[in-house]
Amino acid sequence: MSINFRLNGREVEVDVPPGRRLLNLLREDLGLTGTKEGCGEGECGACTVLVDGRPRLACLTAAIQVEGKEVLTVEGLSAGGKLHPMQEALIKAAGVQCGFCTPGFVMAAYALLSENPHPTRQEVREFLSGNLCRCTGYEGIVEAVLLAAKYLRGDPSRVTPDGKTP
Amino acid sequence: MRKTGPARIVRPRDLSEAVRLVAEGGRPLAGGTDLFVRLRREVEDPPFLVYLGELPELQGIELREDGAVVGAAVTHAKLLRSEVAERLPILRLALSTIGAPAIREMGTLAGNVANASPAGDGLIPLYLLEARVLLAGPQGERELPVEEFVLGPGKTALKEGEIIRSLFLPFPEGEPRSYFRKVGRRRALLIAVASLGGLVWLQDGVVEQARLALGSVAPTVLRPREVEQELVGKPLDPQVLAPLAEKLSQLVQPITDLRASASYRREVAGKLLLDLAVSLAG
Ligand SMILES: Cc1cc2nc3c(=O)[nH]c(=O)nc-3n(C[C@H](O)[C@H](O)[C@H](O)COP(=O)(O)OP(=O)(O)OC[C@H]3O[C@@H](n4cnc5c(N)ncnc54)[C@H](O)[C@@H]3O)c2cc1C
Ligand code: FES
Ligand code: FES
Repeated sequence: MSINFRLNGREVEVDVPPGRRLLNLLREDLGLTGTKEGCGEGECGACTVLVDGRPRLACLTAAIQVEGKEVLTVEGLSAGGKLHPMQEALIKAAGVQCGFCTPGFVMAAYALLSENPHPTRQEVREFLSGNLCRCTGYEGIVEAVLLAAKYLRGDPSRVTPDGKTP
Repeated sequence: MRKTGPARIVRPRDLSEAVRLVAEGGRPLAGGTDLFVRLRREVEDPPFLVYLGELPELQGIELREDGAVVGAAVTHAKLLRSEVAERLPILRLALSTIGAPAIREMGTLAGNVANASPAGDGLIPLYLLEARVLLAGPQGERELPVEEFVLGPGKTALKEGEIIRSLFLPFPEGEPRSYFRKVGRRRALLIAVASLGGLVWLQDGVVEQARLALGSVAPTVLRPREVEQELVGKPLDPQVLAPLAEKLSQLVQPITDLRASASYRREVAGKLLLDLAVSLAG
C-alpha cells in the first residue's frame, strides 16, 4: 500500500504494508537510524518522534497512522549540518553518555519546549518521565533541557526546519 | 505487533464502514498503546485491524449544559487540553497520571474503557461521574452506564460488530472536591497497585455526599457504595474515618500478581481513604 506523509519537511511516499511499524519504516525503509528501538513496548521512549508537533512512540505506531501527517525525527532537527540548541545543550551539560537514549530525549524535550518555553525543573522531569536513561542518572539531561530553554529564548534566530521557533 | 507490525490494517471512510468491518471480524484500533503491545506479545491474533483514529464521526468534544460528549478517537492529551478537563478536575487528575506525555498523545479514553482493565486510570473518573458509553453497531446505537459496560478484566458488553462511538461525561451538581491517587511501583509510567478516586461534597465541614472508585483491587473498578453511604455526615478526619478505612480494606477483592500481593493491596486501599480525608479537608 502506498502511504504519503511529510518527513522532516519533505513529502515522502512509501510502498509498505499499512501495519508496518513507523520505527521499521524510518530505520529500515528510509535509512533514518537516529530513532532507536529500546523496549519496543512503549516503556523507554528511545523511539520518540514528533507527529504533527506532538510526541509519539514509533514502536507503537503503524505506518497508516501517520498517513497525511508531518513526522519529525532527530535527523530533521540538525538539518543543514548545524546542531539544534537542544543537542548543543546536551553536550554542554554532559547529558550524553552512551547516547542510545539521546534522540528520544531530544525529541521529547523539543516537544516540551515547543509548548512550554519556560519549564520548571519539575515540569522537565515530569515531561521526560517516559524516557529512560541507563547511564546518566538524568541530572545532566534535565540541566540540558533548562539550558536549551535559555538558548532558545535568547536567540530567536535559531529556527527549526519546520520554520517554527520552538 | 510482532517485530515489524501487524499484517493488515484497514482505514474505513466512515462510521458505517467501520461497523461493517468490525462485524466481519476486524479488531478496532485507536491509539494502539494497548493493542500493539498485546499483538507484539502474541496474546492475541485478530485477522485484521480497523483503524478508528481518523474517523470524522469520532473526533469531537461537545460541551453540553449537562455534560460533555467525548468522541471515541479523542486522545487523553486532547481531552486534557480541552475545556472539559477544566470543568471536571477529577478527569484532569486521573488522565494526567496515564503513562507519560507520548502515551497520552496516542491513547484514547475510549480505548481505556474498551480495554476494561481493573487498573484503567481513565475508568476511575468515569465511574465517579457515572458516565455513559454510547455504542454503534449493526443494529444501530445504544447507551450503557460505564458500570454496566465493563464486565470483568478485559471483558465488556460490546456485542459483535459494535464499537464505542462516544462517552458522555455528566457534569456533577454543586462543587464536589476531587481526589485521585494511585500507588504503584514506579513513578513514571506508573501502573497502579491500587488507586482511589473520589468526589466529595462537603457542607459545613461534614460530608454531604461522596462517591468513591477504587482501581486494581477487584476484577473491575469498584464503587464501594456502603462506604460512600457511611461517609455521609462525617467530618473528613482520619481519626473518625479509621473504622471506615478498615471496612474498605475488607470490602475489596484484590488478587496477588507480579506487582503486589493481595494483602498489600488491601492495606493500601484503606490508607488511600485516609489520604483522601487529609487532602480534601480544610
Ligand atoms: C508505556 C505504557 C504506559 C501506560 N500507562 C497507563 C496508565 O498509567 N494508566 C492506564 O490506565 N493505562 C496505561 N496504559 C494503557 C493504555 O495506554 C491506555 O489504556 C489507553 O487509554 C488505551 O487507548 P488506545 O487508544 O491506545 O487503545 P488501543 O490500544 O487502540 O485499543 C485498546 C483496546 O480497545 C479496543 N478499542 C479501542 N477503541 C475502541 C472503540 N472505539 N470501540 C471499541 N473498541 C475499541 C481495541 O480493540 C483494544 O482491544 C499504558 C500503556 C503503555 C504502553
Ligand atoms: S522502543 Fe519505543 S518506547 Fe521503547
Ligand atoms: S546515555 Fe546511555 S542510556 Fe542514556
